[in-house]
Amino acid sequence: MADLTTDFLGIKSPNPFWLASAPPTDKEYNVRRAFEAGWGGVVWKTLGAEGPPVVNVNGPRYGVIYGADRRVLGINNIELITDRPLEVNLEEMARVKADYPDRAMIASIMVPCEEQAWKDILPRVQETNADGIELNFGCPHGMAERGMGSAVGQVPEYIEMVVRWCKKYYDRPVIVKLTPNITDIRKPAQAAKNGGADAVSLINTINSITSVNLDAMSPEPMIDGKGTHGGYCGPAVKPIAMNMVAEIARDPATRGLPISGIGGVSTWRDAAEFMALGCGNVQVCTAVMTYGFKIVSEMKSGLSQWMDEKGYTSTADFVGRAVPNVTDWQYLNLNYVAKAKIDQDKCISCGRCYAACEDTSHQAIAMSEDRTFSVIDAECVACNLCVDVCPVADCITMEAMNPGTIDPRTGKEVQEDYANWTTHPNNPGAVAAE
Amino acid sequence: MTSTTAPGIAAGRLSADALAEAFADLHAPLDPHEVLVAADRCYFCHDAPCVTACPTDIDIPLFIRQISTGTPEAAARTIFDANILGGMCARVCPTEDLCEGACVRELAEGKPVEIGRLQRHATDTLMARQGHPFTRAPETGKRVAVVGAGPAGLSCAHRLAILGHDVTLYDARPKPGGLNEYGIAAYKSTDDFAAREAAWLMQIGGITLETGRALGADLTLDNLSADFDAVFLGVGLGGVNALGADGDDNDSVTDAVSFIAELRQATDLTQLPVGRHVVVIGGGMTAVDAAVQSKLLGAEAVTIAYRRDRDRMGASRYEQDLAASHGVRIMFNVQPHAIHDGEIALEYTADDGTGLKGTGETIRIPADQVFRAIGQTLTTDGGLMIEDRKIKVTGAGRTTRMGVWAGGDCAQGGDDLTVTAVAQGRDSAMDIHSALVGDA
Repeated sequence: MADLTTDFLGIKSPNPFWLASAPPTDKEYNVRRAFEAGWGGVVWKTLGAEGPPVVNVNGPRYGVIYGADRRVLGINNIELITDRPLEVNLEEMARVKADYPDRAMIASIMVPCEEQAWKDILPRVQETNADGIELNFGCPHGMAERGMGSAVGQVPEYIEMVVRWCKKYYDRPVIVKLTPNITDIRKPAQAAKNGGADAVSLINTINSITSVNLDAMSPEPMIDGKGTHGGYCGPAVKPIAMNMVAEIARDPATRGLPISGIGGVSTWRDAAEFMALGCGNVQVCTAVMTYGFKIVSEMKSGLSQWMDEKGYTSTADFVGRAVPNVTDWQYLNLNYVAKAKIDQDKCISCGRCYAACEDTSHQAIAMSEDRTFSVIDAECVACNLCVDVCPVADCITMEAMNPGTIDPRTGKEVQEDYANWTTHPNNPGAVAAE
Repeated sequence: MTSTTAPGIAAGRLSADALAEAFADLHAPLDPHEVLVAADRCYFCHDAPCVTACPTDIDIPLFIRQISTGTPEAAARTIFDANILGGMCARVCPTEDLCEGACVRELAEGKPVEIGRLQRHATDTLMARQGHPFTRAPETGKRVAVVGAGPAGLSCAHRLAILGHDVTLYDARPKPGGLNEYGIAAYKSTDDFAAREAAWLMQIGGITLETGRALGADLTLDNLSADFDAVFLGVGLGGVNALGADGDDNDSVTDAVSFIAELRQATDLTQLPVGRHVVVIGGGMTAVDAAVQSKLLGAEAVTIAYRRDRDRMGASRYEQDLAASHGVRIMFNVQPHAIHDGEIALEYTADDGTGLKGTGETIRIPADQVFRAIGQTLTTDGGLMIEDRKIKVTGAGRTTRMGVWAGGDCAQGGDDLTVTAVAQGRDSAMDIHSALVGDA
């Protein structure tokens, strides 16, 4: 069994699976049960300033996108930060941390963009003995209307300013949770780093309307006939989250900045993918809201098995391993030529590859009278759509052509050397290869 | 109440409750969630093999997609456009040999998309709504006689009515539906479905049903041809082949089709007699329907005796397994030798390459009741040319007589299935329409 112990910003946890700041971490009862189930850490549900807590709607807070068999692919929510008094949360946090010293416990905070507000709350959080704080600059609904959450995360200057206050009044790690509702994720990450943040965590939820009730003509979730945009999360957002993580991981201005990965992590494999893109750990929410705390058992066993198979002895061995292979389009090797290949033994003759290629791609699949489907190499551009739509795993594969052979589509010999767009003759801005 | 072991032929072998359970829907309707899961399994194949396999060419991937997006009514329209008896076909089609047998997921996993049950969901949903989903074209003033209100005749009549023709639909029996009403196993058409479907179909208007009217009795082709602009014959096969064995006239011997018809029309199954030991001679769907229903009525032992081997059996493997699962014994390579009181002698058969012959070796098994299910024969040819014991047709059911079409079991070309009869009736209607009003 591989050792899953993780050190993130000096915060040790028995595994890299933390629960994200969200409904599952709203109170002592939940967090204790999460720790008993084996979660490595939690980011406590976001705390607000002292005083009357926020209120939530008394109707549906969540909308959903289903896949087949009502499998939850995405959830959006319009729940606000904790609606329990600050004092109650702080007391519970202190008790839980005392009882689970080996687990990571982070306090998520969202208070107004005023120095005094942060100065007031940070010492009280410190007293709980939490391992660090996470600044909630991400929630896109409700609180953003009040100048908090994503309203801060969308203005890099505010991020930097608040982080500086936090580093001034708090001496443990400061993590900045970023909103994806922004055009260039690198800017807020840079601002966080410039302000002295120890790490960023991302993504928070994405502005969304999950569905429209066509009878009531209202977005869902619908509160008395009206709806508002909510924050979208779950497996559906994972590709968006991973791109943003990678952008930060490979940006020279933020390279090396620790990242806690969030966004649709549901299985050990999702976690491994985020970590390969540079995340020191991952945070999970929708998957436990769908299946309960127990899924961490699969995540631990799966990651451990995979690490054993790959010979990794610690999570640090593979964190960031995929980052060097994330590049810009212009640097992709244009001399690499592949062709689709259909395994006739595996083919079940559904013809989806044919329909997709014939109707929407390059007319590179032939269909015979007896429903045999075969690739026309002279037309195939290796776009991969046939692989994507084929219902049978490994039935259609992309096979690289060997250098020296002739690509029947172009009539040109496949070159062994690497050549990209920057030197391509069709590129008006190409620089001559030296 | 008697019991399963009461000797001879007796009624009331099982209680009313037990019979109700035994004759319940063979495949209960899918519930709404099952429907979505089943529909989601469809790959929406290009030029789908299931459509090719359907004698009525229902656009199956399209209707399943319509179901999956919450519009089973639109799905039903897709089905009914091709096959107005799509409701019955969903229940009785040997889907394992047709659409589901061709499904790529049958090839991939041995678990095809449940096309039949999805079709039933769609058609049941639309048929449960008020009104009829089709409207008629303006009346053409043309009159067509459709003889036989079975699947072929109903299909033909409905399509002609849609096209604006005036149809008189004749049937010898008191109810329309043909074999749907009188000839298939009760557990495939529960809740009087055949009658409800015929009544629903007739809501199109323009169809006048006249029952108790049979070709060869009060109807002649000459009169029909004189009175109508076109005639369609869908009279089915009225006769039953004889066993050709000693004792064929024994009181214990009856036609399987008569037994099934009696069962289908029975209002109280506890009053329907069945033998303690039942032997069904034959190997088609009718043999299986008679055998399984005998067992369900409470017969102690039921045997299907088929003269050839399993591979040649007309009933699909699915039907064979259905029979076996109900405790019906299937004997292959045996033919009736002699029927005695209370038992039958079966002779083993073999095919040495020159045709099937009896080996001379016999076996006797108890038989209080023997059902003939060795095929049906045409009883009324109306003076038309016959070929291979059926009415000779070319193209879309054109007989050798001008102005007379034929389809369904009485005509050449089908597989004696409801669905092929529907296709033939529909296609003849289109051909009649072309003949009457031209292609324009």
